[in-house]
Amino acid sequence: MSAASGVLSPTVSERSMGHTVSIYAKEAKYEFLKLLRLPIYSLSTILFPVMFYVLFGLLLNRGHQQDGVMVAAYLIATYGTFGVMGASLFGFGVGLAGERGLGWLEVKRASPMPPSAYFVAKTIVCMAFSLIIISALLTLGFVFGGVHLAAGQTLKLVGTLVLGSGTFCAMGMAIGYFAGPTSAPAIVNLLYLPLSFASGLWIPIDMLPRLLQRVAPFLPPCHLGQLALGVVGVPTTGPALGHWQALAGFALISLGIARIGFQRDEGKSFG
Amino acid sequence: MIVSMDEVLQRPTKTTEGPVVAQLKGVSKNYGDVKALRNVTLDVHAGEVVSVLGPNGAGKTTAVKLLLGLAGANAGTVNVFGGDPRNPKNRLRTGAMLQVARVPETLRVKEHVDLFSSYYPKPLPLAETLATAGLKEIANRKFGELSGGQKQRVLFALSICGDPDLIFLDEPTVGLDVEARRVLWEEIRKLVSRGKTVLLTTHYLQEADALADRVVVLNKGEIIAEGTPAQIKSRTAGKQIRCVSSLPVVEVCGIPGVLEVRADRDGILISTAVPDSVLRELFQRDERLSGVEVISAGLEEAFLALTQDNSKSEVA
Repeated sequence: MSAASGVLSPTVSERSMGHTVSIYAKEAKYEFLKLLRLPIYSLSTILFPVMFYVLFGLLLNRGHQQDGVMVAAYLIATYGTFGVMGASLFGFGVGLAGERGLGWLEVKRASPMPPSAYFVAKTIVCMAFSLIIISALLTLGFVFGGVHLAAGQTLKLVGTLVLGSGTFCAMGMAIGYFAGPTSAPAIVNLLYLPLSFASGLWIPIDMLPRLLQRVAPFLPPCHLGQLALGVVGVPTTGPALGHWQALAGFALISLGIARIGFQRDEGKSFG
Repeated sequence: MIVSMDEVLQRPTKTTEGPVVAQLKGVSKNYGDVKALRNVTLDVHAGEVVSVLGPNGAGKTTAVKLLLGLAGANAGTVNVFGGDPRNPKNRLRTGAMLQVARVPETLRVKEHVDLFSSYYPKPLPLAETLATAGLKEIANRKFGELSGGQKQRVLFALSICGDPDLIFLDEPTVGLDVEARRVLWEEIRKLVSRGKTVLLTTHYLQEADALADRVVVLNKGEIIAEGTPAQIKSRTAGKQIRCVSSLPVVEVCGIPGVLEVRADRDGILISTAVPDSVLRELFQRDERLSGVEVISAGLEEAFLALTQDNSKSEVA
């Protein structure tokens, strides 16, 4: 599009680097406060994995072993995966679908906000909630479950789960662009619960029916679950690199789908 | 021309036209089969208040969205400050108040304003934005706890917090009661007095009249009238004379002050802003004039009149 004659030229200078960083920081801060004050999000995403862990990891299977490690340690890995998946799918997917469908994203897009700030902030905040969930599970496991993990192991578990949550943020983004504000929570629940079950996050994969065992490698949470289990010392299927590649692949596919929605909204794909 | 309105607002008329800061040039926009805008050309000059007036579904919001770069045009060019508004950087000098179904409800008023202020290079101080939009007392309230009028004021605050030169207000007073509407009008007038350029859409003729230097009437995606509020009012808020006359319709059309003549089974319907002088003329020319009735045209009729015919003409 060429500038028409007689139209005033822009006289605004570029944003400084410091200003841009401060926008991202503020966006993330308020995104965090927004979700933290939303009990349906903050309580349910944190409490569900914690509740399951207390029940099955600390109360019912006290002292039991699974695949050579304590159940209390095993379940930190699987409920941790379950937790970060929920925080990301609900935080990113339901959040985006609602803000997109009810006009708020448009208000933001009409402002000079750098578009990526919105998505980066959502990702950072989902990861922050993931971190809270994992920390809660680890604390409970250490204090009440008699779980022993070396410092390096603990950090690696946290790092694995937080980094892996990126795939679920990307999936959430794709859902957020194609689900309506009211259907998004239902769609996320329909994915979240069956995916968790079929990926061996509630019951170890080798106890699942044969058919589900074959389907599991095609489900993203299965790969993150295997990576997390590997960190706590459970023998897993295949090398870690393959699981990371699978997670990256799912993330890229999701981002590709989200991109179609993004461009449609930006009015660039048609017209 | 004499304008027979109850409320005539005195406003200093702008004598010099500033440079064009926002422009639609031959713009068409379709949503599927729906033609939201058809070959619309619109210039907004620096320092003026342009009101886009039209009924629901006229294409007002579409025009605003194109100027904000929220959608792309199917044909024509859109220019804001000499650039494509779809480039987010070109939005640094604009602010917008859009119709939104739901705003995040757990953030406080001052937090919303603080975040939007941060997007701009030289925002107004937070306290000043809050004061201007009348939000001082409710700055610590969460958005979800506000009344409808207060929510509109927050959205207004978000549009002005960056101290932008060009402000788009899409139906800023929709859903507000009379009192809240007047308050917002006052705030918009303050902006204008500070030299800002404002484009606002409305479906209230009264609102366009109270605020705008120039009114553009949009209907079914087309501009059907354009002018000062006085000019538009004379065409849309006039009177209608119903009568039975033996004069040829063409002659009635020629009477000074007659805007439109419609003939039907029962007689003729004359639209005019000056019914007194038209009636005098009619009685003089037609001794057999009968069944005279003067009707105040409501806004609905006015829009219909403008829609069906945008120039002085006869309709058989």
